[in-house]
Amino acid sequence: MDLLDNLALGFSEALQWHNVLFCLLGVALGTAVGVLPGIGPTATIALLLPITFGFDDPTSALIMLAGIYYGAQYGGSTTAILLNLPGESSAAVTAIDGHEMARAGRAGVALAVAAIGSFVAGTVATVVLAVAAPVLARAALSFGSAEYFSLVVLGLIASIALASGSMLKALAMIVLGILLGTLGQDMYTGTPRFTFGVRELYQGLNFVALAVGMFGIAEILRNLHDPRTRTRLVSRVTNLWPSRTELRQIAGPVLRATGLGSLLGVLPGGGHVLASYASYAVEKRVSRNPSEFGHGAIEGVAGPESANNAAAQTSFIPLLTLGLPANPVMALMAGAFIIQGITPGPDVMTEQPALVWGLIASMWIGNVLLVLLNLPLIGLWVRMLSVPYSVLFPAIVVFACIGTYSLSQNPYDVLAVAVFGVLGFVLIRSGCEPAPLLLGFVLGPLLEDNLRRALLLSRGDPTVFVTRPISGVLLALAAVALVVTVLPMIRRKRDVVFAEDD
Amino acid sequence: MTPAGPRKVAAYLAALAGLSLTLAACSSGGGGDPAAYPEDDIEVIVPFSAGGPTDTVTRMVAEPMSEELGVQLVVQNVDGAGGTVGAGQAAAADPDGYTVLMHHIGMSTAPALYDDLAYDPVTDFKPVGLVTEVPMTIIARSDFEPETFEDFVTYVQENADTVTMAHAGDGSASNLCGLLLMDALGVQVTAVPYDGTGPAMTELVGGQVDFMCDQTTNTTGQITAGEVKAYAVTTPERIEALPDLPTTAEGGQPDVEVSVWHGLYVPAETPDEVVSTLTDALQVALADQAVIDQMADLGTAPVSEDQATPEAHAALLEEQIATWGEIIGAGQGG
Repeated sequence: MDLLDNLALGFSEALQWHNVLFCLLGVALGTAVGVLPGIGPTATIALLLPITFGFDDPTSALIMLAGIYYGAQYGGSTTAILLNLPGESSAAVTAIDGHEMARAGRAGVALAVAAIGSFVAGTVATVVLAVAAPVLARAALSFGSAEYFSLVVLGLIASIALASGSMLKALAMIVLGILLGTLGQDMYTGTPRFTFGVRELYQGLNFVALAVGMFGIAEILRNLHDPRTRTRLVSRVTNLWPSRTELRQIAGPVLRATGLGSLLGVLPGGGHVLASYASYAVEKRVSRNPSEFGHGAIEGVAGPESANNAAAQTSFIPLLTLGLPANPVMALMAGAFIIQGITPGPDVMTEQPALVWGLIASMWIGNVLLVLLNLPLIGLWVRMLSVPYSVLFPAIVVFACIGTYSLSQNPYDVLAVAVFGVLGFVLIRSGCEPAPLLLGFVLGPLLEDNLRRALLLSRGDPTVFVTRPISGVLLALAAVALVVTVLPMIRRKRDVVFAEDD
Repeated sequence: MTPAGPRKVAAYLAALAGLSLTLAACSSGGGGDPAAYPEDDIEVIVPFSAGGPTDTVTRMVAEPMSEELGVQLVVQNVDGAGGTVGAGQAAAADPDGYTVLMHHIGMSTAPALYDDLAYDPVTDFKPVGLVTEVPMTIIARSDFEPETFEDFVTYVQENADTVTMAHAGDGSASNLCGLLLMDALGVQVTAVPYDGTGPAMTELVGGQVDFMCDQTTNTTGQITAGEVKAYAVTTPERIEALPDLPTTAEGGQPDVEVSVWHGLYVPAETPDEVVSTLTDALQVALADQAVIDQMADLGTAPVSEDQATPEAHAALLEEQIATWGEIIGAGQGG
């Protein structure tokens, strides 16, 4: 019973009182910083990483960092739901229905659902990690550039579901997002694209600046523009807890999302980015009331939040089993390994079992602590919405600018917040939604990189996309998804009319 | 809702404001008398992302240097455009010793890679000293045909039109090493850029691409675990972390000699006594046993005392700018 032995070893390590304390400290710090508008998990870890360098015990250091990671993720969802300020791409999905719920006075329910969903997903994903990590990691390696390209194509097509209104406008937003994503220095040739000679734009637009502007600032402008929405939000704060019916309602979405997120999280080439979008698309597709999505559907919060947390957990798999960091956060974790004198690589699991299994066990403990810490805080967060607008709005703008600036001390990012705030407002007024645009922005570069790389590797032969089996299957699925999406639209035009009347 | 609610929340908001201002204020430095230097925290600009090799090296030496100087060295990651954004920012900083730049070999390649560079690596900076030289290794997917470095050279020369080489983006260390290797072998293979060394290594382990040349910092773990095939190390001597790995010179390619050196710099107008205070602190840090041990784990070592000086580093920098100018010019066909 290797597995039980390993888990026992892990828990004995993670449950040492000082490790529990570091886990709690990490979760609390992560939440506190992650809740700052615009600061997502990557930024939070980068800011707090140095704290752990002085630690003598690498296990404690890594446990605390992992705690910061989940804490920041949860904190990010909180601002996404309450203030429509996502700090990373996955929280942008949560914001769609989460903030609609908050506007309808159900912010407490949305926050509780996010916490519960994340906890269930975290628990299942920890088990997945413990049972199948090496197998999954090997399987993930068979994903090359061709496969990622096809996966992104599937993701983009499925994501048309993100739109609650006109499909044509959603498509236009995705394309605009992809175009914005091309800005910056081209990785393949070094050619600067749309940078107008500004060196600060060489690394492209900052996602956080874009998201904070399009969601947060635009939301404030919308509220200021329409006095009715301003008062609505203040007056009706109803129950804080989800009802029994609502809990039953989210059970399916949470479980489906956990499975989806766990699988996508393992893919080192950006699968975790897709997790929350994919879950949203799936839930909208299987829902009996898809028209509720975008107007405060509880499944639209439960699904993406669970998928995101599951993916966050399983994205540790490539790092722990193979020493390969799957995303920027894992690259930071790998850096922490090195600072602690551990060379990340396939041998870490066999040479440092107490560390690896302690870290895995601590993930579950961290999820428990996160729920214990955050459920009582929900009341406090919700009360934030009752702060008078004359105080809240300037405060949000200031926080958003400080948060964005602190990411890389780049004044152009703050400028981008302003520009995209105005653009976001214009788009909302003309019935276009920002979520598909953000998705295009995140997936566009992945699409381009993998397309070009796959063609480079195949020496210009485009048939690789269909002859490589996994890629072929993904593209076939994308074709099916396209037909399924387009057919009903042609057959029943009244659906569109209904959505636009809304 | 009680009236106390909003006020409490407003207080919380104020606390958050304090926290974020503190985070943002990390970049403010002190000024004043060079003789009293240092009186305030020193900002170390790392022009690459946190967690990367340069960042790791910086944090290793920042700790003992902080102890020696009695003030904190605060690492700021200013990522972008192959390190030229951070370097540009450092060049324009106040020359008071409170802004220091840690840069790697890219300091010497930027003039050849970017024709609109906003700073001159030689005239806009004063070097504080060299920190470390990280060796590079030539590695391939585990089922790549050649067995030895000699086989590898022949194989690549004979199959130049089918072999693929990964690198971590324009101007990255792996890109430079690849250019040097192609130059020495007299062939051009298909170079496949990735967004950083992590993704490149992932695809190499997954067998999607044929070979790569990368720093021991990234490769040692994969080599010792047998996940990739290692052919040679690019230093004149074999390295301690990988004693069985021959050097490129042993394999008949003495020209393929490259290491990723890291150096510390301050803006050109910084007073000399400030520079020598920093150099002294750097030398103390490089003699620190903990730093030596940490670097050994990564297959590298602190440079000797005579190299960690402004003079020696200035000479190295100028020599490297000339060398890479030629190789990059040739690689770009220009």
